[in-house]
This record gives sequence, C-alpha cells and structure tokens, in this order.
Amino acid sequence: MLGCALSALALTWLVFTRLTEGSGWFGFMVVAYFSFLLLYGLVTADRLGTLVAADRVVTVAVTTGAVVLLTPLVWLVGYVVVKGVAALRPGFFLEDQGGVQATAAATEGGGLHAIVGSLEQVALTLIMTVPLAVATAVFLNETRSWFRRPVRIFVDAMSGLPSIVAGLFIYAVFILPYAQQDIGILDFNGFMAALALTMIMLPTVTRTVEVVLRLVPGGLREASLALGSSRARSVWSVVLPTARTGVTTAVVLGIARAVGETAPLLFTAFGYDLLNTNPFRTQQESLPLFVYRNIQAASEPARARGFTGALVLLTLVLTLFGAARFIGRDRTGRQARRRRRLPLPETGAAPSPPSPAVAPPPRLPTAVAVRPGADRSSAGDREPPGAATTADPTSEEAPGP
Amino acid sequence: MVVDEPTRVDRIFGVVTAGSGLLVLVLLTLVGVFLLLRSRDAFDESGFSFFTRVEWRTDVVPPEIGVLGLLAGTVVVALIAVALAVPLGTCAGLFITDYASGRWRSFLTGLVDLLAAVPSLLYGLWGLRLLSDQIAPLSEWLARNGSWFPPFRAEEGDSFTGSMLIAGMVVSLMVLPIIASVTREVFSQTPPGEKEAALALGSTRWGMIRMVVLPYGRGGIIGGSMLGLGRALGETIAVSLLLPQVPEVTSRILENGGATIAGFIALRAGSDEFTTSGLMAAGLVLFGITLATNMLASVIISRSRSGVGVEL
Repeated sequence: MLGCALSALALTWLVFTRLTEGSGWFGFMVVAYFSFLLLYGLVTADRLGTLVAADRVVTVAVTTGAVVLLTPLVWLVGYVVVKGVAALRPGFFLEDQGGVQATAAATEGGGLHAIVGSLEQVALTLIMTVPLAVATAVFLNETRSWFRRPVRIFVDAMSGLPSIVAGLFIYAVFILPYAQQDIGILDFNGFMAALALTMIMLPTVTRTVEVVLRLVPGGLREASLALGSSRARSVWSVVLPTARTGVTTAVVLGIARAVGETAPLLFTAFGYDLLNTNPFRTQQESLPLFVYRNIQAASEPARARGFTGALVLLTLVLTLFGAARFIGRDRTGRQARRRRRLPLPETGAAPSPPSPAVAPPPRLPTAVAVRPGADRSSAGDREPPGAATTADPTSEEAPGP
Repeated sequence: MVVDEPTRVDRIFGVVTAGSGLLVLVLLTLVGVFLLLRSRDAFDESGFSFFTRVEWRTDVVPPEIGVLGLLAGTVVVALIAVALAVPLGTCAGLFITDYASGRWRSFLTGLVDLLAAVPSLLYGLWGLRLLSDQIAPLSEWLARNGSWFPPFRAEEGDSFTGSMLIAGMVVSLMVLPIIASVTREVFSQTPPGEKEAALALGSTRWGMIRMVVLPYGRGGIIGGSMLGLGRALGETIAVSLLLPQVPEVTSRILENGGATIAGFIALRAGSDEFTTSGLMAAGLVLFGITLATNMLASVIISRSRSGVGVEL
C-alpha cells in the first residue's frame, strides 16, 4: 500500500508536473489520489484477484468520504482562527464603527453594533419561533386532524425555502409598500430581520421538535388520558416535560442556524455602521452582515475586521452547537445511543421497567412512568373504561390485565 | 357512561395548535402571492421574454431584463455541487454505517451535523479568500489539457478564479451534510438479515454493499440528492461572494463568469423600484424551482422502500 502511494506520487509528479506542466498542490493532490486508487487496484488485482481488489479500492474510497467530511471543517476553522485572531482584542466587543475610516488600522473600532444587533434579532426570532414551532409540532404529532398531512408537506417544503426568498418576501410585504411613508416599524429594522429569520427557523425547529415528540412513549400519553386528564393537560403536563431536553436541543440548534444567516438580512436589517439598540427603528447591523460587507472590501484593514467578525461568529456557532450536544446528550447510556441519535425521553421517578433501552420506546405499553408534575395515582392496575378508546387510533392500545 | 366531550381548554388547545399549523400553510402561500404581486411591473414590461432573455440591463430604455442567464448559472452551479457531493456524501454515509466502529460512528454523525451548522457565509469567505487560489491552477491545467471536453474549454487569457467550478465546489461542501445524513439514515435501516446473508454466502464487504445496501438505499440516495439539489439551487451568500454575477448562458465552467438567481438578488439588494420588481420575479422563479425540487425529493424518499421512516 505504501509502495502504491509512493509510486502514485512519483507518477503524478512525472505526468502532472513534468509532462503537462500543472501547478498548485491542490490539483497535485487530486491527480495523485486518483492515480493511487488506480495503482492500488491494479496491484491488488494482480496479487489477490479482482474480487479482493474491488473490495479494497472501495474501502479506500469510502474512507476518503469520511476524511473529506473532516478536512474542510478543520481547514476552515483553522483559517478563520488564524486570520481573525490578529485583530481580535477587547475593544472589538466595546466599540462600533463610528468615525472609523475605511483605511484605518484593523484594530480601530469594533463590532459591538453587529453583536448587539445579532443578539437582538435572534432573541426576537426566538420569541416568535419557539411557541409557534412547538404548537405546530404538537399539532402534527398529538392531534388527529385530517389537516396534518398538508401541513406536514408544507413544513417540509418550507424548510427548503431559499433564505434570500424569505428576506425578499418580508421586504415585499412590510417594507416596500411603505417605503415613502416613514413609519418606523415598517422600514429596514431589526424586527423585520427577525421576521425573516423566523421564516427560516420555523420549519427546521418544527420538524426537529416533532421527531422528539414522536419519541415520547405512547404509554405515557395513554396513562395520562386514562387518568381522566384532558388532551391539552396531557400534552402540557406529560408530553412536553418529557420531551424537554429534546426540545431545548432543537431550539439551540435553530439558534445556531439563525445566527449565521446572512441572505435574509440584506433586505431587512440592511446593515449600519453605528450602534443601534432599538430593533424596531431604523437599520441595524448584524454579525453576518458585518462580515459580508467587510470581507468584500478592497482595503486590507477592513478585510481583517471582517475576519475578526467571522471568528466571533464561528465561535458563537460552535459554542451553540456544543451546548446543543451537551443538553441533548444521552443519559441512558451508550447502548441506546447506537440506536438513535436523538435523546431518549427520561423515564420519570416512578419505578420503571428494567428494559426500556431494549425495546423501541414508542411501543412500550408497560412504561407507565408518570412524571411528578402530572396527577399520579394507581396507574395501570385498572382497565380504563372509555378514555382509552378515545385515544389516538394510530397508537397501540394497552393490553388488558 | 363515558362521553368524549372536549372541555373548553381542549377546544382552545385544538384551535391554537391547528392555527399554528395553518399559519405555515398560509405563510408559504403568501410568499408566492406577494412575490407575484410585486413582480408585476417586471412582467408587464418584459412579458414572456422575461423567461427567454439572457441579459439583465436596466440602463437602457426600455429596460431589458431576463432570467434565463441567471437560471442557467443557477442550474449549472447546483449540478456541479450535487455531482461532487453525491459520491462523497454516499461514501461518507456508507463509512458511518458499514465501516466505522462505535466511537467513530457517533463522532462522524456529530461531525455531519456540525458541518450543516457552519454558516454558508463562512464557507463563502473561505472559498473566496483561500480555496479559489488553490483551485485556479487545477482549472488552468484542466483547461490546457482537457479542452476536448466542451465544459473544460476556456478562452485564452481569461482568469480562472471566480468560476462556476469553484462556486460549485464550495456549494458542494454545504450540500454534503444533507446527502450524508439522508444516506446514513437510509443505509442504517438495511435489514441486518439480508446483509448477514450476503456475507454468509461468501461475498466481500463491497459485494454485500453492492448487492444489498445500495439497492436497498437507492430511493434514499436519489431523494437525498434531490434534496441537496434544492438546497444548492437556493444557496445565496457563498455564491454571491464567489461569482462575478454576470448573467450568461455558457458551458465553460472553468473560467471567470456566471451568475445565480439567489446570488444576483443578494448583490442587487436595495436597488431602484423597477430592478426590485425584476428581482422579485427572479425570486419567484427560484421559489418555484426549489419548491418543486423539494416536493419531488420528499415524494421519492417516502415512496422508496427504505425511506418510509426517514426524517429529512
């Protein structure tokens, strides 16, 4: 294998660099990789037969797929850190771009206005998105409406909505018609940006929350309904608390996504060089916009500022992502993790059966573990007379005693 | 006697949840309606030639705007992205399900999610300032030695940065996590019995994958690619940084040039009224295409044998 790699390098050098006068190490690597694959296949086929050769070559190719996942990420993070750290200093978090010339040194001025704008816009987005997304997810998973199918299709379709179209839409509805009238809230401002971000975030969060809700054991719902609680009550006191960690993970991931969105802000927040703490009036800067404009600037210091902004943005996104993984980490042990990536619902304080990790949780009628918040009584030893028959027809009914 | 009479709280609950479900439906419809309304100026002016004209010129009277050049660029970039990302994403999915062992598997699964979380702005920045200088020599080499292949042709003395190939490569990195996660999900649902049967009959690991895993996951691979295509079509910021955004219909992917709808709109944000209505019209076209692609993708995935329970 080593021999193949060496000969591939030599061959590439000969053919690529000498005979066809290629240059640049990226191209060299690409050509070397393919010639390695070819040589390796030929050598193995000669010594061990074509069957083994095919297997080995595919193994190499598939492993490359995994490496390709890793390489750009490491490269990108490393690049942004190296370029961004040069102009990073406490002042970046304390000053805006007021009075800073385009040619001034990169260490003058800062990104405070962008950071404040981003935080306010994302906070507003959250206030609008979370209740809506959770309600929609509950609608999709906990009700029996005939209407669920079209809604699910539309949520799927909306999650593929290009982000620029979302910005364009908000612009068309709220900003463009009132352009000349000088109404504060219906002009470029942070709130409009939040509306556009909501359009992006709503479907993704809805779908993740829905998946989490689906993992809540049906037995919990049935027990709650059997105890005579209303549908709303069982969702509020049983289903949502059980899925709490999963919902939090979904929301944090949604924030990470929203923080980095640039395209919808071009038409809504528009960007501004000074600190504007009021998201409901006049243009506002945000971190992605700050990076986007500075990185395209002709002057070197402005680019350096852009890279510093990019570093702050990247740190923010990575931190949020880490937080989401931390919140959503599996507390039920490694065995369960292999089966499902999403967090399993915690079984409550009541004595739970010993094997929840073996059988798929949604079909576990014995797992009647009501959380302390819900009404607890002797669940499970009486057959519920009528309540169980009104339960969701798709879920399995608890077997008789 | 037990009566299933909803209480008042239950009614409110029903209304609230159904209302929020309805909101999504309404929102998406409104997007189409408003884009159509606002683009009326542009359609009035250009009529059907909006779809057949390549140039986008607002400096002449009457203005000549058309979406064809933008559309061609969008499709070419998206196709390059998908053509690169599908083999790599499928390989990554296969590695996670069939080659990696426990620890690596969860690490790589997390990595795929992380790749999806990195903002496209950062990919664009990285591609603009670093990657394009690395790819340009490769493009030059391809143009010099592969000009018998039409897409590799380039004019003498043209720059090789800011090409559709580079844009497509950067976008492919953004599409990769989507394809990798869909294929991983699909491959992991292959019935273990069939895999073991193939191995027991003496096939190699590749034989098992070729005969069992890939046929089983075919629907998922196709659907995932379509989903990635939808995402690539709508990709905005990275492309607007990387391409010069000059509308043209060309097959020369190696040289400087090209534009995509989303990138063009981003670049022209804050223009005059007529341009804006033209942008709205272009946005409407983009909206229609991505919607159709995504719908088709979900249908393909949910109809296939392997994709019934797959979450996209």
